[in-house]
Amino acid sequence: MGAPGFDRVPISEQDPKVRATNFEEVCLGYTDEEAALEAARCLNCKNPRCVNGCPVSINIPGFVTALKDGDLQKSYEILTESSSLPAVCGRVCPQETQCEAQCIRGIKGDAVSIGKLERYVADKAKELGMKMKTDKPSNGHKIAVIGSGPAGLTCAGDLAKLGYDVTIFEALHEAGGVLTYGIPEFRLPKEKVVAPEVENVKSLGVKIETNVVVGKSVTIDELMENEGFEAVFIGSGAGLPMFMKIPGENAKGVFSANEYLTRNNLMKAFRDDSDTPIFKPSKVAVVGGGNVAMDAARTALRLGAETTIVYRRSAAELPARAEEVEHAKEEGIKFELLTNPVEILTDDDNNVRGMKCVRMELGEPDASGRRRPVVIEGSEFELETDAVIMALGTSPNPLIASTTEGLETNKWKCIVADEEFGKTSKDGVFAGGDAVTGAATVILAMGAGKAAAKGIDEYIKNK
Amino acid sequence: MYLIKKKQVLCPSIFLMDVEAPRVAQYCQPGQFIIVRIDEMGERIPLTICDYDREAGTITIVVQTIGASTKRMMELNEGDSFHDFAGPLGKPSELITDDFETVKNKKILFVAGGLGTAPVYPQVKWLHEHGIAADVIVGAKTKDLVILEEEMSKVAGNLYITTDDGSYGRSGMVTKVIEDLVAEGKQYDLCVAIGPMIMMKFCVLTTKKFNIPTIVSMNPIMVDGTGMCGACRLTVGDETKFACIDGPEFDGYLVNFDEAMGRMRLYKTQEGEALLALQEGKTHHGGCGNCGGDK
Repeated sequence: MGAPGFDRVPISEQDPKVRATNFEEVCLGYTDEEAALEAARCLNCKNPRCVNGCPVSINIPGFVTALKDGDLQKSYEILTESSSLPAVCGRVCPQETQCEAQCIRGIKGDAVSIGKLERYVADKAKELGMKMKTDKPSNGHKIAVIGSGPAGLTCAGDLAKLGYDVTIFEALHEAGGVLTYGIPEFRLPKEKVVAPEVENVKSLGVKIETNVVVGKSVTIDELMENEGFEAVFIGSGAGLPMFMKIPGENAKGVFSANEYLTRNNLMKAFRDDSDTPIFKPSKVAVVGGGNVAMDAARTALRLGAETTIVYRRSAAELPARAEEVEHAKEEGIKFELLTNPVEILTDDDNNVRGMKCVRMELGEPDASGRRRPVVIEGSEFELETDAVIMALGTSPNPLIASTTEGLETNKWKCIVADEEFGKTSKDGVFAGGDAVTGAATVILAMGAGKAAAKGIDEYIKNK
Repeated sequence: MYLIKKKQVLCPSIFLMDVEAPRVAQYCQPGQFIIVRIDEMGERIPLTICDYDREAGTITIVVQTIGASTKRMMELNEGDSFHDFAGPLGKPSELITDDFETVKNKKILFVAGGLGTAPVYPQVKWLHEHGIAADVIVGAKTKDLVILEEEMSKVAGNLYITTDDGSYGRSGMVTKVIEDLVAEGKQYDLCVAIGPMIMMKFCVLTTKKFNIPTIVSMNPIMVDGTGMCGACRLTVGDETKFACIDGPEFDGYLVNFDEAMGRMRLYKTQEGEALLALQEGKTHHGGCGNCGGDK
């Protein structure tokens, strides 16, 4: 190991055997020396391709070079010019397919570990008490942001930096959206990372009102007509869980990943002092192959279950990040690939006792470009399990669209909004994130929140 | 924080509270519910709205102590606050949203079982305020558990009270009263039954015999109450529905009550354990097997 080498500086992680029994963070982050060594690997390219790979266009060579020069304050300032949630992005962004996929270093050897450096700078800045800053005076314009997930927090943060008076309305009792209810503690610690990032956005002057279910507690029209909001950003996410519509799905012991993760993450069911219960059987099957499936499986494992992922395509098609799949395997999660459930089997009292599955093979590519899984005749078998967690994806909650006059949605119930500025069919209403795209990533939602902040700024200026 | 403006103990295990929640009080309607959380570690508890005061910005809830969280709620007093209070959730009762002339011409019977009296009350009150007198059956196990009698008598057409043990009012289950009323020559075009699932199930079996369409209000296990988790899913006819966003009220003829009641039992042991841990502190550990599973 040495700088500037072909290999990235390895990062410390909790031992798989140990971490499989706790909810502490898996990745331990770089030490000061490691971060300095890794930062030194950046070539500070004149034409930085990594920046094009970033959905929020962080000045990556800028913040890495500042770090290399030992100027943490400057590094943090450059980072937060573009991202309001660097400690989050450094942990959950799929850097391997974004910034790091573009890194010149990656042609001969490893790409610079941009994500881990981002995380280092954000964590270090928090440790030293650095805060995001705004020097713009208040301009008095009131903007409402619906949802305090990555899209909403980013949009609110950017607008506040421009001097807007922003209020976020959150349906749940805690801010953070999917960062709080969805992504588990061992990937994204709540008190150590999410809460301080939310506080950081609040320190820009953003107000957050929790327990407000827009569409029920108050409508967008009422916010604009009665409460003086001049523009609204909808970042309400893709909240509705999908099920397979197979027999036995309403048995006792079948959960959506949303429910299972919400109980554990938002409601802290893994802690003894939480009043919220969670089902703890000895065997759990998780259906799906995305990040959420990995999160649910690794949570079940930590709660003591022998856990199996059941996915209908092969390993190459797993939509989860490679790092997450690797971590899951190291921890002892079994994979039943090219396998699809056709029925959930129950006992006399309607408890799950197993799952009838079929084996699949890959046929011709389908509309998504991925090879379509086809059932192998006569391959039916029974998988023994006491619980099934469905992690098949989510769709947008129709609550807001159905209560907002003139807001256009598409056939998937996604809000129609332009990509450049997040403009919807309704005047003064902008949208972005999963509510527009359907379930995607944290960083894409942040990119959309950023775009909409620009759109809203333009809209108010031209009003 | 949401201030408790009033607390009234209705019987040893049931209490009423007026809670300051202006956003909820502004637009809520009969049939909808709220989710309340006591503190940082409390559960999200769904409770049907019993009454509301738009001017005062308050919501009335009625709670029965069942789990650890409701037990702790009982210990709160006027001047204390809830950490969270979200709503209104779910759809309003169809009686409120349907064409008024159609509703007006219906002879409606409400059947309230136990705590179900609380969500029945705002519907009967709304109808009363709109010049419609609905008959109401209130059933309870015993005299002490009859709640909101005085309030209900002011807004109901005829009020029939019955207790399982015959200690007050008529004697026997609410289904018997339905049968008796029909036998007495009463005719109803619609029944709204709200109470424990088992009561609603038997109500529906009874009203089916007399071809009275019946609406029930489902109260399954929930987490978020906004459609996000699917814990509250029910089989209604051939479809899976979420009680939180598609309901809570459904056509009782179509609800699969047996499945719903089974799903309610999923966390029974854990809930019992949490309550015992609260009551007995360090003496309760759970899982030792020495107590035969009761503790």
